[in-house]
Amino acid sequence: MAVISYREALNQAMKEEMDRDANVFIMGEEVGHYNGAYKVTQGLLQRFSERRIVDAPIAEMGFTGIGIGAAMVGLRPIIEFMTFNFSLVAIDQIVNNAAKIFQMSGGQYNIPIVFRGPGGPAVQVGSQHSQSLESYYAHVPGLKVVMPSTALDAKGLLKSAIRDDNPVVFIEGETLYNTTWEVPEGDDELIPIGLADVKRAGSDITLIAWSKMVWTCLEAAKQLAEEGIEAEVVDVRTLRPLDVETLATSVKKTGRCVIVEVGWPVAGYGAEVAYQMQKHCMDMLDAPIERVTSDDVPMPYAKNLEDEVQPQVKDVIEAVKRALYLI
Amino acid sequence: MSTPDSKRIEQEDPVEYVETTTDELAPLYRQMLAIRRMEEASAKAYSQGKIGGFLHLIIGQEAVCVGATAALKPEDYVVATYREHGHAYAKGVAARGIMAELYGKKTGCVKGLGGSMHIFDKATNFLGGYGIVGGHVPIGAGAAFASKYRGDGRVTLCFFGEGASTIGGFAEGLALAALWKLPIVLICENNQYSMGTPLYRSLAVEDVSLRALGHGMARDRFDGDDVVKVKRRIGEAVERARTSGEPTLVEVVTYRFRGHSMSDPGLYRTKDEVEEWKRRDPLNRCRQRLIDIGFADADLEALEADVKAEIEDAVKFAEDSPPADDYKSYVVKE
Ligand SMILES: Cc1ncc(C[n+]2csc(CCOP(=O)(O)OP(=O)(O)O)c2C)c(N)n1
Repeated sequence: MAVISYREALNQAMKEEMDRDANVFIMGEEVGHYNGAYKVTQGLLQRFSERRIVDAPIAEMGFTGIGIGAAMVGLRPIIEFMTFNFSLVAIDQIVNNAAKIFQMSGGQYNIPIVFRGPGGPAVQVGSQHSQSLESYYAHVPGLKVVMPSTALDAKGLLKSAIRDDNPVVFIEGETLYNTTWEVPEGDDELIPIGLADVKRAGSDITLIAWSKMVWTCLEAAKQLAEEGIEAEVVDVRTLRPLDVETLATSVKKTGRCVIVEVGWPVAGYGAEVAYQMQKHCMDMLDAPIERVTSDDVPMPYAKNLEDEVQPQVKDVIEAVKRALYLI
Repeated sequence: MSTPDSKRIEQEDPVEYVETTTDELAPLYRQMLAIRRMEEASAKAYSQGKIGGFLHLIIGQEAVCVGATAALKPEDYVVATYREHGHAYAKGVAARGIMAELYGKKTGCVKGLGGSMHIFDKATNFLGGYGIVGGHVPIGAGAAFASKYRGDGRVTLCFFGEGASTIGGFAEGLALAALWKLPIVLICENNQYSMGTPLYRSLAVEDVSLRALGHGMARDRFDGDDVVKVKRRIGEAVERARTSGEPTLVEVVTYRFRGHSMSDPGLYRTKDEVEEWKRRDPLNRCRQRLIDIGFADADLEALEADVKAEIEDAVKFAEDSPPADDYKSYVVKE
């Protein structure tokens, strides 16, 4: 077992899949000569040449559509968004074409494509560069939406995404690239899309999160343990399709649930999770389901405000205590 | 690639300066110098951790925003990118407000909410710095549409990089400005790199101004080394917009001395290339020109001391200002 970074895990996943399948290629801004804005594609140009590592100019709508068209006729593109904020320029292609062509064509043309890149708040980059857009994509039938929290999940899930015959929106944590995890060496093991993962076992309450908020929940669980409260942390990993069973099993066991997301509250993905949990666990719930989200505002620039807006460990702990009727 | 109508612009060396007077040039030099010093001060504060996020400096390109805005009236509009501290300053936004914004302070021109990429100032008709490449081009066209609608005679300058010329926001903004004859000057600051990508890898035809042809739009293309030249040539386009309501696409060739942002080490270009451009620094050239046309030494010294004091004051103001404290009041207007 080697301890590798989230960035390295993604890099390995792409390298291995490109070695395995000549139809896989990467297209995006600064992915080749610059080795990626976040260095996720480091070294891939040298290995695979310009034919398969395609530096695109600033034309998200264009190269997203090019990826979809190429996928229709048999290639397996990985489209990198420098950040998911810029995917909004291309969202028409993703929602109106990638997600619909299989159904529009009566099942004749499927779209095996991965849209990947960092998402979620970064640090002090202001409202246009710091937002969580997973709820936009999770809303759309025809897409799969994956958001790994660890290097292990990042690698196994990206490999599955590349092999998937459908469009997969794969949102990496912009602040997770340097986090590390144990990943088996020469790993050819895939982590299936559609499975949640219990990241910490506990009996008193279930914390449900994805991406960076898993780390926030793990830290909250650690602090809660010092007070004798054992929280179970369940990592959603795949927002669409959602693994209701794993989540519900945990919530039925603990009887309490806090859903933590870094996105906005209104129509945020956590609202869907909350609905599913009350539907499947109603009789076993000992308290109303709590949600912790960012404040309902565009992200401010100033560091002190930015911290105030986003869910912090203390906010999770507070929500846990509310669900336990301790405050 | 070249087409019959495209020529690669080499910086003229020595520059053929446009006729000017010390009265005209001194204030332009002052602005360029203040922007240079402000950018240097912000780089320093960034390295001290006092400014966060992305910081895109315009060092090397000052002649473009200063020359262009000098062709405007106060009521005219400017729209810019995330690399906009200089444009804001040239439009009249105080260094204090800009610096305090970079520091994320309550006294910043957008109250610490926007930071480096989002300077706005209604008082000087600075319609903002925008972070999504190309997205602000239609915004600029929209301000120009309003001017035409109201017949108020105002002109909009919209700045963007050559990297923006491949995105839909630019293409559509350009098409509509041409179709509806909007009083706007679209200014492509071609600093030859879009992040780490040299323009020959991002553009099939390196002359961005040629895009105007297909829309029947006026165009211009020149080298941004002489601030007075920029002022005159943009001035022609501004006059066209003001008097006949016709838009112009102008490409000004320039060079950024620093990385794309503070986190970019700039490994995609050689030291020699950067040094060569620095040798032709438009700020130094402007200073030399000022001396050559007879600006007194004592006046130059006073001007430079004044700029130094202004930027030091702005930094001190930013340092001493209270932190930003309100992120809730401006989500929707009540
Ligand atoms: C739609 C979109 N895609 C990508 C980015 C990331 N990005 C920011 S600036 C930049 C390069 C822009 O180059 P250019 O337009 O030439 O302007 P310059 O930065 O050189 O002033 C890129 C790729 C972005 N902000 N918006």
